[in-house]
Amino acid sequence: MAILDVQHIEKHFGATRVLEDISFSLEEGQALSIIGSSGSGKTTLLRCLNFLETPDHGTISVRGETLFDANDPSTQRESDIRKKRLHFGMVFQSFNLFPQYTALQNVTLARELLAKTEHTGDTHEVIQAEGKALLEKMGLADRMDNYPHQLSGGQQQRVAIARALAMKPDILCFDEPTSALDPELTGEVLKVIRSLADQHTTMVIVTHEMAFARDVADYVIFMDGGVIVEQGDPRQVIDNPQEERTRQFLAHYSDQ
Amino acid sequence: MLLNVSLTLLNGLGTTIEIFLLTLLFSLPLGLVVAFGSMSNFTPLRWLCNTVVWIVRGTPLMLQLIAFFYVPGIAGFQIWPSGDAGRMMATVVAFSINYACYFSVIYRGGIQGVPIGQREAGEVLGMTKSQIFFKVTLLQMVKRIVPPMSNEIITLVKDTSLARIIAVYELTFTGYSYMKSSGLVWPLFYTGLFYLLFVGVLTILFNYIERKLSYFR
Repeated sequence: MAILDVQHIEKHFGATRVLEDISFSLEEGQALSIIGSSGSGKTTLLRCLNFLETPDHGTISVRGETLFDANDPSTQRESDIRKKRLHFGMVFQSFNLFPQYTALQNVTLARELLAKTEHTGDTHEVIQAEGKALLEKMGLADRMDNYPHQLSGGQQQRVAIARALAMKPDILCFDEPTSALDPELTGEVLKVIRSLADQHTTMVIVTHEMAFARDVADYVIFMDGGVIVEQGDPRQVIDNPQEERTRQFLAHYSDQ
Repeated sequence: MLLNVSLTLLNGLGTTIEIFLLTLLFSLPLGLVVAFGSMSNFTPLRWLCNTVVWIVRGTPLMLQLIAFFYVPGIAGFQIWPSGDAGRMMATVVAFSINYACYFSVIYRGGIQGVPIGQREAGEVLGMTKSQIFFKVTLLQMVKRIVPPMSNEIITLVKDTSLARIIAVYELTFTGYSYMKSSGLVWPLFYTGLFYLLFVGVLTILFNYIERKLSYFR
């Protein structure tokens, strides 16, 4: 069974239709890349998965459990949505680290709060130890006590990845994780995402890095104008696109 | 002589500090209520808050002070106790409402100035609305509002002198009375020194808070 199943998602902003009949599924341990030009609806789709936007139509299921059904208001209760969000992790383009907390505090804060309110049984010691281990894994062992403004963009984004992983999401989402970075800093972040893929972390990655999408993703979706134009094996879609619109889009990247 | 003046002025300073502290005590939280009201999705509430802020910011505090103190009595509602206590109460009510409106606008700027990504980051991490407010947004908001709030609070120190219009014996009224009865000029400048010291202490306090919050950006 697919870990993530999205069916017929549609989303309007006012009169503008930004997503139209989006359906796809993702197997556990696989990485999905979503590519497409700006304004094609990639980010909105990711935000729908994280309940930052509410789709007008469609369903979202994780491990066979329907988390969201536009026709069923009982799936849209505010208190439930908060817990459902934990199925998904989100790494933002602009990092969105909490500036008043250290790297380690950024990673541990939400779990500490969750342990307090939901009585998850996680002790402070366990949360701290796991937070440190995550930052070490991100190559930030010596940066744990630094505040975000003391870190480079690449380091901040790696903290943000650790922060998302700390909640142990089923599916980790990346919204153009390297678009806000200087070119020389994108490598360190892509390396981390690549290693997560090697460890079979289930991921949805919105990216403009075509070479990266081709190498790392198990599956790729090309979106344009709010619809899925083409999807399939990354080598197929990126190296040998069938649709004219895909070809046009990829032509912009061919000279890179 | 100096001792005599000092004691009289200290008495007035006591009243000034009392107005100052009581006004802050009520207006700081009330301002937050008005701020949330003026950002509400419920249109009538938003409209009401914005109208109140408009009226309060659009008319002189002295006029409001006079209205709060005299209008109820003239209209047949003796809401204030007689004597100094009533004058003091009317002063604190008028000042609190006035400053709450100014604070609400500063608060609103502080809240809206925190990037929306901060709230969203909290949401995707499964935090509750109140956790996001208290653990993520609040301190960033406080950091943003310290400079404009310090301005407003320092203005309040000097605005307390308006209370003399309804015969509250605050610092300026005391100094003025002494000057008039004694024919001496220097007590008036001496009065100014009291305000300077008061504001000096506040300035040190605000600088300390700003320094304390400078560890993040």
